[in-house]
Amino acid sequence: MTAATAQKLPEKFREPDVTPELAAEFGVKADEYARILEILGRTPTYTELGIFSVMWSEHCSYKSSRAHLSRLPTKAPWVIQGPGEGAGVIDIGDGQAAIFKMESHNHPSYIEPYQGAATGVGGILRDVFTMGARPVANLNALRFGDPSHPKTRQLIAGVVKGIGDYGNSVGVPTVGGETNFHPAYNGNILVNAMTVGVADTDKIFYSRGASVGQPVVYVGSKTGRDGIHGATMSSAEFTEGDEDQRPTVQVGDPFTEKLLLEACLELMKTDCIVSLQDMGAAGLTSSSVEIAAKGEIGLVMDLDKVPMRETGMVPYEIMLSESQERMLVILKPGREAEANAIFEKWDLDYATIGHTVERRYLTLNMYGRTWCDIPVPPLVDEAPKYRRPTAAAAKPAPLDAKASQLPAGGLGEALEKLIGCPDTASKKWIYEQYDPLVRGETKAGPGQADAAIVRLEGKQKALVMSSDCTPRYVQANARMGAMQAVAESWRNITAVGGKPLAITNNLNFGNPEKPEIMGQFSDAIDGMAEACKALDYPVVSGNVSLYNETNGKAILPTPVIGGVGIIDDARKAAMLNFKPGMTLMLVGGACGHLGQSLFAREIHGLETGEVPAVDLQHEKKTGDAVRAMIDAGTIRACHDVSDGGVLVAIAEMAMASDYGADLEGPQDAGFWFGEDQGRYVIATDNPEGVTLPAIILGTTGGDSIMGVKVEKLRAINENWLPDYMNGKN
Amino acid sequence: MKSVVVVFPGSNREKDMADALERASGHRPQLLWHKETELGKPDLMVLPGGFSYGDYLRCGAIAAHSPIMKEVIRLAKAGTPLLAVCNGFQMLVETRLVPGALLRNASLKFICKQTHLRLESESKTFTGKMKTGDVIHVPVAHGEGNYVVTPDMLKSMNDNGQVAFRYCGRDGRELVDINGSVDSIAGVYNETKTILGMMPHPEDATDATLGNDSAKPFFDGIVTAIAR
Repeated sequence: MTAATAQKLPEKFREPDVTPELAAEFGVKADEYARILEILGRTPTYTELGIFSVMWSEHCSYKSSRAHLSRLPTKAPWVIQGPGEGAGVIDIGDGQAAIFKMESHNHPSYIEPYQGAATGVGGILRDVFTMGARPVANLNALRFGDPSHPKTRQLIAGVVKGIGDYGNSVGVPTVGGETNFHPAYNGNILVNAMTVGVADTDKIFYSRGASVGQPVVYVGSKTGRDGIHGATMSSAEFTEGDEDQRPTVQVGDPFTEKLLLEACLELMKTDCIVSLQDMGAAGLTSSSVEIAAKGEIGLVMDLDKVPMRETGMVPYEIMLSESQERMLVILKPGREAEANAIFEKWDLDYATIGHTVERRYLTLNMYGRTWCDIPVPPLVDEAPKYRRPTAAAAKPAPLDAKASQLPAGGLGEALEKLIGCPDTASKKWIYEQYDPLVRGETKAGPGQADAAIVRLEGKQKALVMSSDCTPRYVQANARMGAMQAVAESWRNITAVGGKPLAITNNLNFGNPEKPEIMGQFSDAIDGMAEACKALDYPVVSGNVSLYNETNGKAILPTPVIGGVGIIDDARKAAMLNFKPGMTLMLVGGACGHLGQSLFAREIHGLETGEVPAVDLQHEKKTGDAVRAMIDAGTIRACHDVSDGGVLVAIAEMAMASDYGADLEGPQDAGFWFGEDQGRYVIATDNPEGVTLPAIILGTTGGDSIMGVKVEKLRAINENWLPDYMNGKN
Repeated sequence: MKSVVVVFPGSNREKDMADALERASGHRPQLLWHKETELGKPDLMVLPGGFSYGDYLRCGAIAAHSPIMKEVIRLAKAGTPLLAVCNGFQMLVETRLVPGALLRNASLKFICKQTHLRLESESKTFTGKMKTGDVIHVPVAHGEGNYVVTPDMLKSMNDNGQVAFRYCGRDGRELVDINGSVDSIAGVYNETKTILGMMPHPEDATDATLGNDSAKPFFDGIVTAIAR
C-alpha cells in the first residue's frame, strides 16, 4: 500500500486565532500559557497550542505526581529498564527479559465501555511490543460502582466484551485480574490493563537513540478524527452529561493490532530499526516529541504524507488524533525498502513522513505551509511540575464492638454470605469471555491459583503474575493500604512458589488539586516505597490516573500493583486445589483483626476500624519459608489469606478441589474471618516438614466446610454474577 | 512425516498446534503463509484457530479465499488429511468440504472453558488411538461455534458416521449444550473421514506440565496413521 494521495487544503480553512481564553478552553492554565508565549517569543498557532496542551496535560506530563514518584525505589540488579520508557524491563535469566506495564483507561471506559476497554488493552499491548517483546499475558484490574446502580450492569457487559474481543483476537491470553464493586466508583469506573511480554535481552528496543538524517516512518492504521484531545479529557474531572464526550473515545481494531505486532516483531529481527514509539495518548504528537527529546534532535514532518482515513484533515487534527494501532519508527538511512517489504507482507499502511534533523524543533509542514515550529526540549523538560498542597486524611472511626459477633447461623451462615458477596463472588461470568489458553503455555489462568502462571517457550521456567489492591484499606489508611497492596502482590506470587521480582503500578486517585487527595497520593507513595524496599520489589513502570471524580466525589484511592515473578519449574507450582487426606495449616500467625474487613462490612454493615497492619519483616520471613516449602514439595496447595480471612480462603480452595475439609478451631469471627496480613493457608501431606510455626486447621476430605456442602458454596459463589447480569438480583 | 500449518493474517493458535504436533511426532510442522500457492506433498494439512481477517465479515469467509486455499482444497479432495480447528473449522464450512454452518453462540458471548468431548465415530486418519465413546477433556474458545445443519443432512451425517465429536458431561453419558450446536455437535468429518473440522482445541490439551494432556491419544493417532 502506498502513502496517502495528496489532498487539498479544505477551502476557506483557517486556524482559529489563539487567545488566552482559547488556551483556557484547552486546559492550559494562565501561568502555563504565559510560559508558552515566553518559550516561543510569539503567540502560538492553533496547532502549536494543541501540541503544548496535550504535552503539558496531567496525562502526559505527570505534573502533579512527578515530585512524589521519585520516592519510589526503581533499581535492583535484575532491573534492565525502570520507569521512563514504554514499559519496564527485568532480567529473567537465560538471556531473556520480561517487559511489562499496567495502564488505565478509566475515563474512556466510562464514556464508551466497549471501545474504551478494548483500546485500553490495545494501548498497553503496543507499549510492550514496541520494546521488542512478544506479549505473553494480559491481566486487568476492574472497579465498578454499586451493583444496584442503574449503569453498573451495562458498564460490566461493555468493558468485559471490550477486553475479551481485543485480547482474544490479538491472541494474547488474558490470565488474571481482579474485579471489585463500591459505590465510590458509580460515576467513574476503573479499567486498568496490564501486559507482560518476553524478549531477548540483546533485542530490546527503546524510543531513545535516534540521530540526525534518519527517516521517520509511519506504520499502522490510517489517521482519522477519532480520539482528538483524549489525553486532555483524561486530565479533567467528570460532570454529569460527559457521555457527550464520546467522540473523544478511540475505536479499536484488534486485527490491525495483530498485523502490526507481527510486522514489528519481524522487522525487529532485522537491524533496520533505530528507535520506535507507539502512538498512544496524544498520538503523533507525543510519539514524535518523545523520539526527538530522547534523541536530542529535531523532526521535520510532512503531514500530507500521513495515511489518512478521512479527507480534508488539518494539521491540528492529525497531530492530536488518537486513532489506534499506529507506530512511529526511525529507520537506519537506506533501509526503507527492507522495512516496506515487511509492512506489505502484513498488508499495513505505511509512509515515510519526515526525517530527523539537528535543529531541536518539531516542524510540521502540510499543504505547502509550515503549521508548527516549536522547540522540543521545553515541551518535555519545561512541562509544569506542581508541588500541590497535601492534607492529612481523617482517621477512620473506631470499629464497633459488635463487629465480632457471629450471625445466628454461626460460621457456616457467615461463610455463605461472604462467599456470595459481589467482591468475593466468582468472576467466571467475566473470565469465561477471555481466552487464557491461547499460545499453549498457560499453567494457571483465572481462579486456579493465587497468581497466573505462564510458562516460557521451550522451558519449564514460568512467569508468575498478579494484580492487587484493596481500595477500602487505602481509603482508611493510604500509607498502610498501599503497603498492603505491594505485600499482597508479593504474597500472591510467593503463594504459587514464584520469586517476586518487580512491579508496575497504576495509581488511580481523585482530583490532585484537593489537598486531602494529594495527601492520600503522597502517603500511598510512602507506603509503597517502604514495602518495595523491604521486599526487594522495585517499581519498573507505571501509570498515574488522577481526576477520577464525578460531580466532586472522588473514587476510593486505588493504587493497583501488577507484580511479576519467576518460578524455575512450573511443575512444582502450588495451586489452590488440594487432595483428600491432607493437613490444612495456617502459617504467619493468628490474630483476629476485623477492622475494615469484609466480615464487618458484609455481616454488620461496618466500614470502620483501622486497617490490618503490614509487618514487612514478618511478611518476608514467612513468604521466603513458604516458597522454600513449595519448592521442596512440602506444600501441595496454597492460598494467601486476604478478603474474608482464613475461612473464605479454605472455601475457595475447597471449591477448586471438589472436596471439603474437617475443620477445628474456636467459634470466633476474628479467627476465621480476620484479615491479618502475611498469612497463608497451606495443604500438606507432610506436616512435620513445615518449617514455620503453624496452626492446624483440620484435614481435607468430605464434601462440606463448616457444615455447608461445597456444592452449595459453589452455587452461591458462582451464581451471583450471572444472576446479576441477567437481572435476577 | 510432513505436516503443514497454514498461517492467515489474524491466525493465533498456529503455535499451539505446531507444539502439539511436534510433541506427538518429534517433527516441527512447517508454518506456511497464506499468500503462498504451493504446498508440496504434505502428509497432513492444518487450518489453525484464530481470528483470520479479524472475523470482520463472516468468520473464516475471507480466509477461505486466500491464495493457498485453492491448493488446500485440491489436495483435501484428493485425500490428503486436513484438520481444521476453530477458526479453521469456520473456514472449512465456507469451502463446503464438510456440511453445515457455524453461527454465533446461543449465549451471544465468546466462551472459553474446559469441555468434555465424546468420540462418536472413528476415523482411520484421526482417531486411530481412540474408541467410539471415549471422552477427552478439551477447551473451547470461540464466539461463533454454534453448529447448524438441516435435519436431512444431519440424518445422512449420522448414517454415514460423519459426526466426530459431541460435547458431553464428565463421564460421557449425557450430552451438554455449550454453544447451541445441533445435537451438541463439536466436530464433523467429510464423507471419507479424511477431513475433520472441530470447534474445540485439542492442541491445548497435550501437555502434562500445564495440567491437561487428555488429547494426547488424538494426536498420537494422527501421527501413527500418517506415518503408516
